[in-house]
Amino acid sequence: MTPQIALPILIPLLAGTLSLLFWRSRSMQRFIAVAGTAGLLLTGLWLLATVQRDGIQVMHMGGWTAPFGISLVADLLGAIMVVLTGIIGFAVALFSLATVGRGHEAYGYFPLMHLLLAGVAGAFLTGDIFNLYVWFEVMLVASFALLILGSEKAQMEGAIKYVTLNLVSSVTFLVAVGLLYGMVGTLNMADIARRLATLEDDGMVDVLAMMFMVAFGIKAAAFPLFFWLPASYHTPPVAVSALFAGLLTKVGVYALYRVFTLIFHHSPGYTHEILLWGAGFTMLSGVLGAAAQFEFRRILSFHIVSQIGYMILGLALFTPLAIIGGVFYIIHHIIVKTNLFLVSGIVHRLRGTYQLASLGGFYRSHPWLAVLFLIPALSLAGMPPLSGFFAKFIVIRAGIEAEAYGVTFIALLVGLLTLYSMIKIWAEVFWKAAPEEELEAVPAVEPRAMWLMSATVAGLALCTLFIGLNAGPIYALAEASAGQLLAPERYIEAVLGAAGEGTP
Amino acid sequence: MEPLIAVAIGILFAAAVYMMLRRSIVKLVIGLMLLSNAANLLIFATAGMVRGAPPLVPEGLSAPVGPVADPLPQALVLTAIVIAFGVLSFAVVLVRRAWEIVGADDLDKMRDTDT
Repeated sequence: MTPQIALPILIPLLAGTLSLLFWRSRSMQRFIAVAGTAGLLLTGLWLLATVQRDGIQVMHMGGWTAPFGISLVADLLGAIMVVLTGIIGFAVALFSLATVGRGHEAYGYFPLMHLLLAGVAGAFLTGDIFNLYVWFEVMLVASFALLILGSEKAQMEGAIKYVTLNLVSSVTFLVAVGLLYGMVGTLNMADIARRLATLEDDGMVDVLAMMFMVAFGIKAAAFPLFFWLPASYHTPPVAVSALFAGLLTKVGVYALYRVFTLIFHHSPGYTHEILLWGAGFTMLSGVLGAAAQFEFRRILSFHIVSQIGYMILGLALFTPLAIIGGVFYIIHHIIVKTNLFLVSGIVHRLRGTYQLASLGGFYRSHPWLAVLFLIPALSLAGMPPLSGFFAKFIVIRAGIEAEAYGVTFIALLVGLLTLYSMIKIWAEVFWKAAPEEELEAVPAVEPRAMWLMSATVAGLALCTLFIGLNAGPIYALAEASAGQLLAPERYIEAVLGAAGEGTP
Repeated sequence: MEPLIAVAIGILFAAAVYMMLRRSIVKLVIGLMLLSNAANLLIFATAGMVRGAPPLVPEGLSAPVGPVADPLPQALVLTAIVIAFGVLSFAVVLVRRAWEIVGADDLDKMRDTDT
């Protein structure tokens, strides 16, 4: 019995329910938010330790063995993602205490946050493809509600695009699941992989692979399906933006990794070639979009898109080193991107705007904030010795070894343009003198709130530094996880048992 | 029976896409509704249509006799309908609020957040 597989899903659900019960008690909700996300982080670490020690962990819900019941499966990638969910959830919960405010909390910010985390953790841990759809929907519904918290005009406009494109993606996913069931007669991912390997009709398999690619590509904001992301991510309260930026698109990337290593890995010349070009264009269009923006959060939103390209590039090259690079990139990116959004939140709290033109002089007035921005910013651009350098280095090295020179060149160029964007923010927000124009007066920040916000940002910056300075063990972790991803028979054996028990 | 259902699914998908390409956000929501219904019908049809053979186990046996309908897609459809119902009711409320706040029913007038 391994309760740690189910706990990362149960704890946020329980915390969400409890905060619903304490609807009127603000302090209780805030306490549950911190305690619940801390619990999620701790069980995630426990799960990761177990998976590292004993290999892939499987739990059959209700005692129905696979492939008949729903299985929860935790391999290394899933466990790593759960730990990252815990880190981001905990950081955002702390940051929310200082920034979300009474108005949004009264409309159920904290219960929705827990529900979102439960959906994300569920998506990372499920071993059943229809169950994956259900967790996607749990996550989506919570994100819909979080996105429009506050009901401002920009939020409504962004939310319509976000809701529509994500629903189209969900329907595509659902249709693909239905057709897949019609072909193989099972929903358990390990069982699907086993049966597809024995199937002869290749044409339909490729069609299904494409449908999954489109569905997850929309969720992951890959080219050319990313337009909902920069249209919506800069509209909600900043804690929500940070939570989305860290986790939501990465669920799509995780699903791509899972499906294209476990199920659709038989014709990489076709599917992974398309992924490769998609990755190249994703990187390029994201970074060029960011270069044209002059609003703090919009720049960061476009950079999510370009960074997604690197992760998909790792998957698309499909060599052991490339997968290691992709996993490393996911680990690095989730922490850094959330951190940058949180920094933008502090800047907004202090000056009341996200427009670069109206900001300035922060290096003079808040030098520590400038340092806290510079760490994740340079890490995002790939400066040694920060985490982004190693992530980019592994992916690009894998690209050269696989002789995919075109995409590798794009990856290098995008690194340079990322640096340009980060320097632009640095120069405009921190370096140049504060503009003369009078902004609307912003209420003064209480020292306690300021301390809390800075501590959160500093903690995430320390995580980046830790990954960068301690790259060896993280690399070993990514290597082990890539080993599991590239040997799907181990996953299948862990779920179905060595002899493939339960075959009809 | 299957060809008829297949054509119906095709028409539903086409109608859904057509409605979603219109500029009015109300028509957009109608398109989303048709889309989810088309998907549900498709899942229902994937396992094959069996007439009048519920998957019931006769008394004293441990498995049903003869070919029976596959109950799993029906369970999937049921789940998908419930999820779609929740999501679509959210979408309807969203469209109403968007109309109140933006003051327009036209997607071309909602471009502030795009570029």
